[in-house]
Amino acid sequence: MDPAWDEFIITGEPFILAGQIAILVTTIGIIFILTYFKKWKWLWNEWITTPDHRKIGIMYIIASLLMMIRAGVDAMMMRTQLAAPNMPFLGEAQHYNEIFTTHGTIMIIFVATPFLIGLMNVAVPLQIGARDVAFPFVNNLSFWTFFWGAMLFNISFVIGGAPDAGWSAYMPLASNDLSMGPGQNFYLLGLQISGIGTLATGINLVTTIIKMRAKGMTLMRMPMFTWTTLITSLIIIGSFPILTVALAMQTFDRLWDAAFFTLQDGGMPMMWVNLFWLWGHPEVYIVILPAFGIFSEIITTFARKRLFGYTSMVFAIAAISGLSFLVWVHHFFTMGAGPMVNSFFSISTMAIAVPTGVKIFNWLATLHRGRIRFNVPMVWALGFIPNFTIGGVTGVMLAMAAADYQYHNTYFLVSHFHYVLIAGTIFGCFAGTIYWWPKMFGVKLNERLGHWVFWLFMIGFNVTFFPQYFLGLDGMPRRIYTYFPEDGWFSLNFLSTVGAYMMGFAFVLLVYNMYYSYRYEKRETSGDAWGGRTLEWATSSAIPPHYNFAQIPEVKDQDAFWQMKQEGVDPNGVEEYQDVHMPNHSGNPFVMCVFMFIGGFGLVFHWWTIGIIGALGIFACMIQRSFSRDDGHIVSAEEVRKEEAEIREGQANENG
Amino acid sequence: MVMLLGGCNLRVLDPQGTVGEQQRDLIILSIIFMLIIVLVVFILLTYFLVKYREREGHRGYDPDIDGSVKLEVVWTVVPIIIVTILSVPTVYTIFNIEEVPEANTEEEEPLVIHATSANWKWIFSYPEEDIETVNYINIPAERPVLFRLTSADSMASFWVPQLGGQRYNMAGMQTELYLQAGEEGTYYGRNANFTGEGFAEMRFDVNAIDETEFNEWVTDVQEEAPQLTQETYDQFMVPGHVEEYTFSGTHLEWVDHALDPEYALEARARQGYEPIHPHASEAPDDVPTWDIDVDTDVTERQESYIEENQESDSHHHHH
Repeated sequence: MDPAWDEFIITGEPFILAGQIAILVTTIGIIFILTYFKKWKWLWNEWITTPDHRKIGIMYIIASLLMMIRAGVDAMMMRTQLAAPNMPFLGEAQHYNEIFTTHGTIMIIFVATPFLIGLMNVAVPLQIGARDVAFPFVNNLSFWTFFWGAMLFNISFVIGGAPDAGWSAYMPLASNDLSMGPGQNFYLLGLQISGIGTLATGINLVTTIIKMRAKGMTLMRMPMFTWTTLITSLIIIGSFPILTVALAMQTFDRLWDAAFFTLQDGGMPMMWVNLFWLWGHPEVYIVILPAFGIFSEIITTFARKRLFGYTSMVFAIAAISGLSFLVWVHHFFTMGAGPMVNSFFSISTMAIAVPTGVKIFNWLATLHRGRIRFNVPMVWALGFIPNFTIGGVTGVMLAMAAADYQYHNTYFLVSHFHYVLIAGTIFGCFAGTIYWWPKMFGVKLNERLGHWVFWLFMIGFNVTFFPQYFLGLDGMPRRIYTYFPEDGWFSLNFLSTVGAYMMGFAFVLLVYNMYYSYRYEKRETSGDAWGGRTLEWATSSAIPPHYNFAQIPEVKDQDAFWQMKQEGVDPNGVEEYQDVHMPNHSGNPFVMCVFMFIGGFGLVFHWWTIGIIGALGIFACMIQRSFSRDDGHIVSAEEVRKEEAEIREGQANENG
Repeated sequence: MVMLLGGCNLRVLDPQGTVGEQQRDLIILSIIFMLIIVLVVFILLTYFLVKYREREGHRGYDPDIDGSVKLEVVWTVVPIIIVTILSVPTVYTIFNIEEVPEANTEEEEPLVIHATSANWKWIFSYPEEDIETVNYINIPAERPVLFRLTSADSMASFWVPQLGGQRYNMAGMQTELYLQAGEEGTYYGRNANFTGEGFAEMRFDVNAIDETEFNEWVTDVQEEAPQLTQETYDQFMVPGHVEEYTFSGTHLEWVDHALDPEYALEARARQGYEPIHPHASEAPDDVPTWDIDVDTDVTERQESYIEENQESDSHHHHH
């Protein structure tokens, strides 16, 4: 491929021009600020090369929030375009098609998944009483593959053209015959690069949870978020290789004229659809189960009660994860696989409602006889229950194949998956971020602003998506860039757009609250900001010291820290300090992932030389890593004692 | 709520044929069950939040309750029962709509129509009547219709909401869909599955007309409509929109896309069609609407096509 200049840098689109200018100005601004304040070294030493799970988690969350802004702007543009029939806002179908494709892909791959992985990174090692994850180097590598994969995907809208075949990239539409240009290649390579990191994270977290739990923490004493992280990581290990293979096959089709899924030479387009959803359905549980875990933590903390039915909760998530691999065909009931196949997948899909229902009622029963405080994390968790229930029951309706023939590809479906993904995943991400914010930054987010954000977002969400059920039942398909006055879809669409702007405003307010609270809110003094029940709240300071615990606490209960508080045990009352073994920093993963980006970029445009340079760079980094001896370093008992003493002194001053 | 839904005249809930009616009934049944579940959850949540919120004179706090086997069994078994109850009509309907729909008509054999999607138009062949239409169909009211679905290129989905649910059109494959219109009228039909730039406008009208009227129309078309030639047909393979067309003869004489997924790409190549990068400066702003030349004099058509191409650079397609 040898693109003409006007096909390389996208021109002639006012919104894309604005994007190009914004990217340029932001980049210059960041470089200027870092240089002016002499922060380059700090950035490299403290963040880019860090093996610290908490810092990596924060980087995941910041990057996911930035991606959420990008994909959220996409959503606002889509809703503006659909506000009225024959809307001229985006001008043409092509632009809309690119925007809905990037909106979906980014929200799933570069927002929901990494956001939750960020929260896992922050909370899980603390919850199990570990000093870090099992493979800190790999953890850093995972983050940078995600980051550079996301960057490769994102530059497509200014260079070369964004993918336009939908986030599910169905063949043969996504083939060279029907989607020419580099757009779809950005999708394939961006997802491939970031997928490596997700798979590595899955392996990393399983190992961490299996091998590194504190003394006394049996599997059935693990906090619920750790449980959901474990199960989610197992789903990642089971499903992401399918995506890797499917992406590689489509890449071969597009770059080297293979015929796996093409119209010509006996390709099988429906095989792509099967492989995509064999990964894609487990993926939706990858992004919902951790949210379930977050809600369990928050509901027990603020109802100040034990989780109702802990054992059945564990079995429910295990059952959901098993079933998640047995329902993929419900994404294409209309393929006509026959009534027997559709009946099987209808029933297996409806069966998921059983463990999910168990979870909903266990959460409700946890509230029963509690003493409920309505702090902001809790209102998000409570908002999740009714909104997610609506998403869940419409999911059961969609599972009924004979009825699905009428809902499929319509706004009914669009509404359903936004009800589960927003009320489940996004509410969960927000709730978890606000809940663990003091653990990350030593300060709580302002509660007054927080309640405003919740109500605006929650109401806006319902105003946006509830009307879409009716639009679907009235025959409005998804992915159309415009409709006609005689369709009769104007008023509900307009309402939906109003709601989208409310959500957008609420999100801006949330980001403002992060700034506001950093400036003005009172600093936390103790590690226990909310009256927590699990070990992450048992650290000696608000932001845990880099070794997490001076001495690993011993666990005697599901609610380990709650039990210690009941019995008056001080988890930080250490008698004799010990040496602590910690991982070293490394710049290798960052460099390796920059080479992945460079190589991927070369392949997108069929520039083989650049592709080979990228591959050589990756191998060089691997070889460097393989031959370097890195056993980490020891923080001496004396240093730990000093740091703990300083923490206690600081707290005494604050309180005194 | 159900009343509200019923009163809205939403197309899916206002079906005009036996297939759509079965699906509507299943949908209404599921909505009733789902509303009960939603109500139970909403009421319990509200009650607990009011009663157990932290306040003056708070009573009943018990932090150590950690479950109840009896209750957990209840909310495991009840959903199983609900799912089982819903499975029965679901499976029944799944099987039933694969059968010829019942109809009050003398003609018991279903009318067969091949519905072929091609970016971004619908081509309908009536093999027994030996006629072909583009972007509309006439069907006799009451009589069941068997649609044989396939695609010339990207995967589409054939959907007439008021007559019944959709099914995919896939190149190299054939799927089948029975529909039936109980009432005369014009129904909105469309492609429901994203197929690229021209997707939003990829619609067609379904005109359900009286049986006698239908037969007269068929005879008229057989006698008076231009004969479909392969040269004419190949023009439909080029991506773009077209108006409605009517032909005698069908393209099934030389291609069945269910057996030949490469035909459309070859037809494009035969006509010298080259796809344009969507961001190239010469790319058209809108999906073009082509005039298909149905003149049977091929030489004359080719001459005018060459002339026109020499004249205008802005018009990328060839007539």
